[in-house]
Amino acid sequence: MASFKAHSVLPGFNLALGFTLLYLSLLVLIPLSSLFFKTATLGWDGFWEVATGDRVLASLRVTFVASFAAAVLNAIFGLVVAWVLVRYTFPGKRLVDALVDLPFALPTAVAGITLAMLYAPNGWIGHYFAEHDIKIAYTPLGIVVALTFIGLPFVVRTVQPVLADVEAEIEEAAASLGANRWDVFRRVIFPSIYPALLTGFALAFARSIGEYGSVIFIAGNMPFISEIAPLLIVAKLEQYDYAGATAIALVMLLISFALLLAINGLQWWSNRREIR
Amino acid sequence: MMSLPQPLINNRKIATHESKAVTLLLITVALSYLLLFLGIPLFAVFYEALGKGWALYWTALQDPDAWSAIELTLIAAAIAVPANLVFGVATAWAIAKFEFRGKSVLITLIDLPFAVSPVVSGLIYVLLFGAQGWFGPWLQEHDIKLIFAVPGIVLVTVFVTFPFIARELIPLMQAQGKDEEEAAVSLGASGWQTFWRVTVPNIKWGLLYGVILCNARAMGEFGAVSVVSGHIRGMTNTIPLHVEILYNEYNFVAAFSVASLLALLALVTLLAKSIVEIKVKRNGNRLPHGETE
Repeated sequence: MASFKAHSVLPGFNLALGFTLLYLSLLVLIPLSSLFFKTATLGWDGFWEVATGDRVLASLRVTFVASFAAAVLNAIFGLVVAWVLVRYTFPGKRLVDALVDLPFALPTAVAGITLAMLYAPNGWIGHYFAEHDIKIAYTPLGIVVALTFIGLPFVVRTVQPVLADVEAEIEEAAASLGANRWDVFRRVIFPSIYPALLTGFALAFARSIGEYGSVIFIAGNMPFISEIAPLLIVAKLEQYDYAGATAIALVMLLISFALLLAINGLQWWSNRREIR
Repeated sequence: MMSLPQPLINNRKIATHESKAVTLLLITVALSYLLLFLGIPLFAVFYEALGKGWALYWTALQDPDAWSAIELTLIAAAIAVPANLVFGVATAWAIAKFEFRGKSVLITLIDLPFAVSPVVSGLIYVLLFGAQGWFGPWLQEHDIKLIFAVPGIVLVTVFVTFPFIARELIPLMQAQGKDEEEAAVSLGASGWQTFWRVTVPNIKWGLLYGVILCNARAMGEFGAVSVVSGHIRGMTNTIPLHVEILYNEYNFVAAFSVASLLALLALVTLLAKSIVEIKVKRNGNRLPHGETE
């Protein structure tokens, strides 16, 4: 015990850590391990066959492409929003700032039905596009819309504090050395917020990969075209194909782990740059 | 109307501020984006709910199925939030006040439920407790039903909201350090006295912040609950699942009426969150969120 934990005069370590580990194991670790054990019943060949099935690969492609597109949109516009919220003042700014968190607070099913209604060919927003023969709801574009909504706060909230910390002196120094505003942004400000921007992008992307509730209403859910991977898991479950559902779930879980590691790495890099 | 940042030296373009035109352009772009993706959808929920009049709105909300969905949602949140509150405080106490090996691994493991797709969260409980699951045969023998029943819904709700409170408290308590607690203990306070009189007053806002976020997710969770619920009307439907059923029946007014309750919950959540943030700033404490940590 002595080597495992440094000495402390405070009580309660055993109780607190013991309870933590018990709760974590019972609710998270043991349930998650069932994915590995259930997939193991398929055997490697069985797993590979499910994981590389045409419909599975198509759904993963739809999920990835839409998540990537939504995360790129949010990286660009999220940066503008963060910039505006940090640097400028305008009436109602506090309200706007609070509203940015709406996608965290609004249940995904509500977002899903509302966006589906708005972007349908006869919807408030959708009919403008329908005039130009562009369908958004019930196509892959609809998925991008839903995922953009879901991922909106991530970039704003990661970039905002870092941008606020950029010191005015550095900008003034660059200006006094003859840089124009665009140079200052490109060569002084952007490099310091770049890691945070990338972290926000990765967080939005990771969240989008697993998203279900907001997407299924607007996607149309056509196999091979607008069917996302989480929906395919549900479809397999409804056919009582538990092993098949689990195999896809395991693939998604491994992707999530990889993204989680990448995000931790990004945040470590970002913090290190801030300290320096 | 808009108070734009004033250049330090008038009539001269300087490189520390944007021109008025660029400023206006950026504000317009940002606000249009937020209006398109946040403002219009939020307005649309209430418009669709109330557009056909209050009478229809009330009828939709008085439906017994809607009521049982509300009841189940409240039950799930009433169990999940306190459970994760106790867990969050215990975990943060162990992690923030003590040095031990494997701490960073533990922090990563706590975040796991956030990395998992809601659908997968539901699936793992089906694999454990469903009819085909590990404990399925045993549960059937003892006539216990977890999946496609209320306990399953409560379990997945606990799972998806698992990290919220711990995640707010860990950085907050780490930043506060352990000096105050050590002083209390060395002056003769017992462990519980120290916790209630020193730690709790210090973390109350962070705690509240975590509870608000945890509650919003507990009441709004859709994917995970959908997998384990079985969608039995009046029995195992939460508010979000009830919204789905109404919507799929093309009963749009009712769907948006019930959805408006969840939208109200979201607005209350945002308001409470902003109030806590203002309080924390005023008290000169750190933001509980630790911002990018």
